[in-house]
Amino acid sequence: MDIFLQQLINGLVLGSVYALVALGYTMVYGILELINFAHGEITMMGALVALAVIGALALAAPGLPGVLVLGAGLAVAIPVCVALGLVIERVAYRPLRNAPRLAPLITAIGVSIILQNVAMLIWGKQYIPFPAILPEGRHQVLGATVSDIQIAILVLAVLIMLALILVVQKTRLGRAMRATAQSRQVASLMGVDVNRVIAATFAIGSALAAVAGVMVSAYYGLAHYYMGFLLGLKAFSAAVLGGIGNLRGAMLGGLLLGLIESFGAGYIGDLTGGFLGSNYQDVFAFFVLIAVLVFRPSGLLGARLVERA
Amino acid sequence: MKRTPPRWLAFSLLALGLALLPFLVDAGMGRSWVRLLDLALLYVILALGLNIVVGYAGLLDLGYVAFYALGAYVYAWLASPHFGLHLPFWAVLPLGAALAALFGVLLGAPTLRLRGDYLAIVTLGFGEIIRIFMNNLNAPVNITNGPQGINLIDPVRLGSFSLNQPHRLFGVTFTGIHLTYYLFLLFTLMVIFISMRLEDSRIGRAWVAIREDEIAAAATGINTRNLKLLAFAMGATFGGLAGGLFASFQGFISPESFNLMESIMILCMIVLGGMGHIPGVIFGAVVLTLLPEALRYTGDWQRDLFGHVYVDPADLRMLLFGVALVAVMLYRPAGLLPSTRRRREFADAKG
Amino acid sequence: MTVHKLAWVMVAAALVAGCGDKPQQDGGKQTVLIGQASPLTGPQAHLGKDNENGARLALDEINAAGLTLGGKKVVLELKSEDDAADPKTATTVAQKLVDEGVAGVIGHLNSGATIPASRIYSDNGIPQISPSATAVAYTAAGYKTAFRVMTNDAQQGSVLGNFAVTKLGAKRIAIIDDRTAYGQGLADEVEKAVKAAGGEVVAREYTSDRSTDFMAILTSIKGKAPDLVFFGGMDPQAAPMIKQMKQLGIHAKFLGGDGVQTPAFIQLAGGDAEGALASNPGLPLDAMPGGSAFKAKFEAKYGQIQNYAPYAYDAMHVLVDAMKRADSSDPAKYLAELPKTDYQGVTGHIRFDAKGDLTGGAVTLYQVKDGKWQTLETVQSGK
Repeated sequence: MDIFLQQLINGLVLGSVYALVALGYTMVYGILELINFAHGEITMMGALVALAVIGALALAAPGLPGVLVLGAGLAVAIPVCVALGLVIERVAYRPLRNAPRLAPLITAIGVSIILQNVAMLIWGKQYIPFPAILPEGRHQVLGATVSDIQIAILVLAVLIMLALILVVQKTRLGRAMRATAQSRQVASLMGVDVNRVIAATFAIGSALAAVAGVMVSAYYGLAHYYMGFLLGLKAFSAAVLGGIGNLRGAMLGGLLLGLIESFGAGYIGDLTGGFLGSNYQDVFAFFVLIAVLVFRPSGLLGARLVERA
Repeated sequence: MKRTPPRWLAFSLLALGLALLPFLVDAGMGRSWVRLLDLALLYVILALGLNIVVGYAGLLDLGYVAFYALGAYVYAWLASPHFGLHLPFWAVLPLGAALAALFGVLLGAPTLRLRGDYLAIVTLGFGEIIRIFMNNLNAPVNITNGPQGINLIDPVRLGSFSLNQPHRLFGVTFTGIHLTYYLFLLFTLMVIFISMRLEDSRIGRAWVAIREDEIAAAATGINTRNLKLLAFAMGATFGGLAGGLFASFQGFISPESFNLMESIMILCMIVLGGMGHIPGVIFGAVVLTLLPEALRYTGDWQRDLFGHVYVDPADLRMLLFGVALVAVMLYRPAGLLPSTRRRREFADAKG
Repeated sequence: MTVHKLAWVMVAAALVAGCGDKPQQDGGKQTVLIGQASPLTGPQAHLGKDNENGARLALDEINAAGLTLGGKKVVLELKSEDDAADPKTATTVAQKLVDEGVAGVIGHLNSGATIPASRIYSDNGIPQISPSATAVAYTAAGYKTAFRVMTNDAQQGSVLGNFAVTKLGAKRIAIIDDRTAYGQGLADEVEKAVKAAGGEVVAREYTSDRSTDFMAILTSIKGKAPDLVFFGGMDPQAAPMIKQMKQLGIHAKFLGGDGVQTPAFIQLAGGDAEGALASNPGLPLDAMPGGSAFKAKFEAKYGQIQNYAPYAYDAMHVLVDAMKRADSSDPAKYLAELPKTDYQGVTGHIRFDAKGDLTGGAVTLYQVKDGKWQTLETVQSGK
């Protein structure tokens, strides 16, 4: 039982990490119907920028409380990522808004390769350790272990999702975003500055990516120029699973994917008598993704997508 | 049109050039460049295969390397000590290509309803699934030998005539890599020929129609389902063929040769050269295969100039790819050597 | 599409290809070329350069001492090439070295690059000694030209498995590997050795060389209550893995191979690294017969030793030693002398078995104490 509970916790935490990143994908897709492939890389940039600040601070002022240092890292990483997101949107996506669908997808891949290599030139290829500045509180719950940072990730993911839903439902910007998502042309006829709305979406998504990146590197204790790629891929799968363009869907998809991977890797070996093992962990994730897309292309919670050929 | 030399002259010049190329390269630049030439031909086949799926039919496939891997593994299974089978290449290559085609249809069938970006992600997942299976199917039954890969794969051999030994023909010594060049050239020309015929056929025009507007294409009576499946199957066949040739050429394959980066690299080739345009695709494939070798010199220059390598040529290559992908899409969306039709389309889209 | 366009493409391609220059052959003196291939760019560039420097140091010494073969004075020249640790590039580089007429090759560094390249050397009859490739498959191919002066994965794995059961007293052992050729190969050998020594493998789990989350497999392992967890893989995975073990309250010992026995592991895992065990093939430098002398010579010229430089140094000497015995630098002649090698090198006594593997290669075990890798003991692998 304690093993089962532990796997449940593992899955929920992993899922929250995916959900945090997935929210960024889903926002951009919801408005532009564009897979922002570079989103995972923005997460990576956030982590590495924050880590540089944290490392410098930990050296300069060793006595500072960990949460403060982390806050300082975030305070630098968020504006950097927002700026990055805005530049990418302006340079690589906006000129192609009316081009054939393939075009922005290919630039997105290109941007993602550029970001990876720029990060590699700045920070090198080695893994960078996250200094032990955070308290490592561990709690026992019915024989399973939960750490403070795991709780923080879970709570943060839920809070951010709720905040985003509030923004989208209750604010002027949110209304403009929904209008833009429905139809860019009509929205602009109604006096919505579509370019600003899209830029705002990228800004919010990139800020989220920065937060996610910092949380991920703090949790696993390291960061690396390549960390955004797989994370982004999983998070994107999560967003599709839940119904891309749907904020609750991103959360649900993330959690589900986390649980599938966790229970899959944890139990498949015993269930199949060792025939399949945890080496097929990533296969489950992709199989579920393909199955969902094939049988329910709009995702579990459905999306506001309209099929436009 | 008046000024251009007669067609037969261009043809024979081209044929002569192609026949002499490995010797010119060998004499001028060393034999390792002939080997690169072989590799470039391999990538031309791969790129032309992906071009059918992406360039003609407009289906963004990010898992194309899976078919390449299948072809390579089929060759390795049937012509290496791994299972103790040593079938001749003319039997193994078609089998590999056929299996790849089958998987192409298997991948295509469930994804017919999916649009561009969803399709991209599903094919990417498919590519990863194939790689993960190749990497793990060494237990409980050893099928792929897992991450260790399969070694000692037979070279292409006809009777006692083996492609990894030098032969003297008509008083000229042909080394293994020269002969490989001619074999690969033969297959490349075949693939180019098929691509050309397809492009100008009813099928090719139907693909273009699907690419431009699937609903309109269906409304004009095009069987979009079958044609999309055919595109996947054709692309996969070429991929499988290239895989088999690669296995025999390299003699050793392991799953790390078939990762996502390889798929993206092939995609770069056709995007850079010009999607849907055969000379463009060939150009892209050749340039991108030779680029890392050319970039190697930048490492030497840096070492000579600064006594230290600041930017790794390998990293520089990836960075250049990234920049090239973005720049080409922004400024020359139809590629560096675009087809006239494609150029018009992109111009229309912009206006 | 027209044929003219195709012709233009070919011309363009030929022009692009024409930018290279032809390698020059040295006339005059009797010069013998020796190839060296390793990654000189990319993440392992520092290791590749280290190999090159080790080989160059030996070569300079041999030249300074003077070498006479077949009654003629011979000067050795090093041809160093970058294989970028990539299998495909490795074959191109191998072909390049063969074209340039090298008499022998020191390399490559990685198993993944060494294996495909070995076929080209074999086809051309060029002897090859790898200072650092450890995969069993390299010499298992049966090429007459393939040798190595480094303990292979099977030797290291059997020492590790034996050590876990007999020295550490572990009965229940969990094994994780990262599904790379290196990690999986090593883990399989450890599993065999553990079983042979009477231990029980209670769990066999897998991850990838890009993962950072091991909570699921570690939780599953925790349920099997092992005494020891062995990980076949590299330090970027090992560090978060040992952290997550601590977090989950797994008190089993942690054992790894040479991919874990690195300074980066301690740096990444911080305090959680304490007590971790790992092996590295070969002797620690200060325990090598000629270790301190080599260190002084090497560091005076090239700075700090990274890892395999002493092996590359020995490989060069072994190659030339065979040439001396054959009194020829012709590969066809001195290749027959290589299997008979009996050479006292810096790294130990070098002899080859029938496959070209080092006989009785040493494996050293280390443990993290006070934030540093401390030598525990050195084991000679039984053949």
